[in-house]
Amino acid sequence: MPVSLLEDSSLLGVNVGASTTHAVLFDVVDGQYRFIALGQAPSTVHAPINDISLGVHQAISELQKVTGNIFIDDSKQLIKPAQLDGSGIDAFVATMSAGPTLRAVVVGLLPDVSIESAHRLAHTAYLQVVETIGLNDHRRPYEQIDAILSAQPDVIILTGGTDGGASRSILKIIESVGLACFLMPKIKRPTILFAGNQSLIESVKESLQNLSPSLRFSPNIRPSLATEDLAPAARELGRIFSDVRKRQMSGVDQLDAWTGERLLPSAYSKGRIIRFLSQINGSGTGILAVDLDQTAAIIAAGFNGKLSLSVYPQFGLGENLPGLLNYTKIENIMHWLHLDVAPTVVRDYLYQRSLYPDTIPVTKEDHAIVQAISREALSVALKQAISKFPPEANVTNNGMTPFFEPILVGGGICSESPTPGQTLLLLLDALQPVGITSIILDQNNLLPLLGAAAESNNLLPVHVLESGAFMSLGTIISVISSASYGTRVLRANLTYEDGSNSEVEVKFGEIEILPLGIGQTARLSLQTFSRSTIGKDLGRNSTLQVVGGVIGVVIDARGRPLSLPEDPAHRREMFNSWLSKVEG
Amino acid sequence: MYAPVNHILPLTTVERERLLPVSGTVTVKLDQRVNPTDVIGEANWSREHYLIDITRILRITPSAADRLITVSVDDRISEGEQVAVSKGIIPRTIRSEREGRVVAVGDGQILMETGDTSVKLKAGMPGIVIQVIPNKGAIIRTVGALIQGSWGNGRIDTGMLHNMTEKSSDVLDASRLDRSLRGSIILAGLLKDADTLHTAEDLPVRGLILSSISPNLLPVAQKMRFPIVAIDGIGQLPMNTVAYKLLTSNAKRETTINAEAYDRYTGTRPEVIIPLPVSEETPSPNELGTLQPGQTVRMRAAPHAGAIGTLASLRSGLTTLPSGLRASVAEVNLENGEQIIVPLVNLEIVG
Repeated sequence: MPVSLLEDSSLLGVNVGASTTHAVLFDVVDGQYRFIALGQAPSTVHAPINDISLGVHQAISELQKVTGNIFIDDSKQLIKPAQLDGSGIDAFVATMSAGPTLRAVVVGLLPDVSIESAHRLAHTAYLQVVETIGLNDHRRPYEQIDAILSAQPDVIILTGGTDGGASRSILKIIESVGLACFLMPKIKRPTILFAGNQSLIESVKESLQNLSPSLRFSPNIRPSLATEDLAPAARELGRIFSDVRKRQMSGVDQLDAWTGERLLPSAYSKGRIIRFLSQINGSGTGILAVDLDQTAAIIAAGFNGKLSLSVYPQFGLGENLPGLLNYTKIENIMHWLHLDVAPTVVRDYLYQRSLYPDTIPVTKEDHAIVQAISREALSVALKQAISKFPPEANVTNNGMTPFFEPILVGGGICSESPTPGQTLLLLLDALQPVGITSIILDQNNLLPLLGAAAESNNLLPVHVLESGAFMSLGTIISVISSASYGTRVLRANLTYEDGSNSEVEVKFGEIEILPLGIGQTARLSLQTFSRSTIGKDLGRNSTLQVVGGVIGVVIDARGRPLSLPEDPAHRREMFNSWLSKVEG
Repeated sequence: MYAPVNHILPLTTVERERLLPVSGTVTVKLDQRVNPTDVIGEANWSREHYLIDITRILRITPSAADRLITVSVDDRISEGEQVAVSKGIIPRTIRSEREGRVVAVGDGQILMETGDTSVKLKAGMPGIVIQVIPNKGAIIRTVGALIQGSWGNGRIDTGMLHNMTEKSSDVLDASRLDRSLRGSIILAGLLKDADTLHTAEDLPVRGLILSSISPNLLPVAQKMRFPIVAIDGIGQLPMNTVAYKLLTSNAKRETTINAEAYDRYTGTRPEVIIPLPVSEETPSPNELGTLQPGQTVRMRAAPHAGAIGTLASLRSGLTTLPSGLRASVAEVNLENGEQIIVPLVNLEIVG
């Protein structure tokens, strides 16, 4: 039985996003933790306010209105613990994603060892690596110093050397780091994280202690050549994120104090809950969580307690949006459009939205463009993340997404789609799941807060996840086939609990839906044709139990990897047919 | 709900901080009247560094090397000048291969700044110094018209405003740029191509005020030495009518463009300042507002991006938009009399 430090207690969680601040109340109902209510307000992170506390107080105030409880006193302080009069809260957690992308310099020794791990570490927070320095860097020390100075980093990640291993080379590079910091104005000096050879900690302290506003240490991310352990360093990097934000904007220090100095990046917290779920899942099947908002695209994959967390600010839908074109072409975005829009219009939209990321699409055309951009951004992010998955993910080299069950989808994606059907099609296109899986929406952005809560209360996330606080879209059956368009590839027969049934024959290139409501179960019989498959464990004929959702049982017979027609008119026609199918 | 404010004002008090990129000397005094081209601060800025590792060169310990170094911090060193000399019967002299200033000595090494650049900070706008920030710069106050934009290339300059448009969506091409425009700030609509920018630079002009700029031209525009500001953003948008009227009515006046990049976190926006002679005190603009009926507002997104209207009412609850998304909206009367529905997040207050 897991131990809960907060059993029978209420918990208030606040997540400060780039555009919206959420305040969420969890409490015990009938012996189980439940998501009770949500209050939200626009985030107040931007100028001229530059103070997150205004948005935090407004979101909590909205929550107070909804619940009738009082959490904040007249002096705007959190009432903690809960009082006998019913006011206050027993526990408080907070996460944050708002703010500009942090600039990072990565220092290590070998490109495919410590430097690669350091890059992976940087991707666990809202960081963009702007400079890398390593053993194979042939620049002279003073050129490295100038490179660090021109990078203007918020954070420097120092790695290198296995524990007890190489020290001289890394100390030489650290010398350049120290000199670069010395040359920076004190106010602009970066926070430094040392996550390398642990025998160098004292030397690093001696060299850098007075040259950084905050010098932090974590266990070595590469304790041996064959071992990578990012988890402790990622936790430390999460705290660094909070420290930098405290220096950048008002109100963060108060929020951090309310959490007992446990304010963490939303993405890190989300990753933690995915790792936790993959651990308790224990089936060997990976769990995937994806999100896409102004700040970043986030891909968190858990495999038996091992987490692969990738935060890509360069694929976020905010200020960095034009940077997406450094990773893909405008033609690839055009491929996802279901309306006839000129490439110049798409390009203009992409740039204009980067100026005003808070705006929302009003017209059908603009909405189609946003959805196309989201598909491409998420797809590119997933491909990059997959390349870093651990061996447990069983990544194949055929360009297909590994098998995940379930796939959890963050609130950022939900907010851009007016209907669950549109969200579903976006996810099917961008993620291209394989086998039989379920897609679950976190429409209230609970996952980061559950991750934060899990640190001190491991019952709460489990109870809330089982409580129906999330919206299941249904079960997805993905067909892999080399058949030509229009060829019959699958017959599906769904037998409901009352004995009635529903049958459909699916041709290659189609999406079909079998209705099955939220929480309902049914028996699904599948028969494949034309050498089509659903998964390696399923034969030509198979029967399984499936669970319904808002959409039902979705059969995606468009093949994997998805290949869209080259002819734009034909492609749009197909998109519209798929759209009308998922929209019911 | 709080809403961003976009300043398009015919007469206001503008206070702007002008700072050196590194610490230096401020050359103006409190209450001093300055012109845009007046230098208000100077600094020496070295973008490059040079490290002489005596330890490595002489193959000795850092502490031994320290004892051999003959220069100190702040010493100016010429190329070929001695920086360390070894002991022994035949002493070995270590010389600097570069000219520069010593910034650090220790651990057997000498770190020098090289490629010294003198930075002169100009006032950028006419006005009065209302605060001196020691070693960094000053705050200057002026009174005049203020027009904020959406995109800027980071440059700053001042010149006579020359209107090259008949309407706000006119396209400027290189053939219309002649020597008579040398030193001018040009008010244009859209740009035809990169050649137009290169021709403007060759003249040279002192600045370009555009309605919007095509994404394809951004890389070239970023490299131009003169300031470029796009009032309504990126794409093919005509200039909003309030800004256009204000700019055209101030043609032939001395105008400053500070084309700082738009940054939501710091609040900086590219802007055009046109100082005007006034005798009475003028209030400074509000930086933050709440949406209210009767306000002049500007649409920040399609289908009416850049259009100006009057906020008629704020609807309660959520309204379904043509895109299918649901949002809090306002009813806005456009200048042509049409009433439209706009999500609150797509609005900014003009004022």
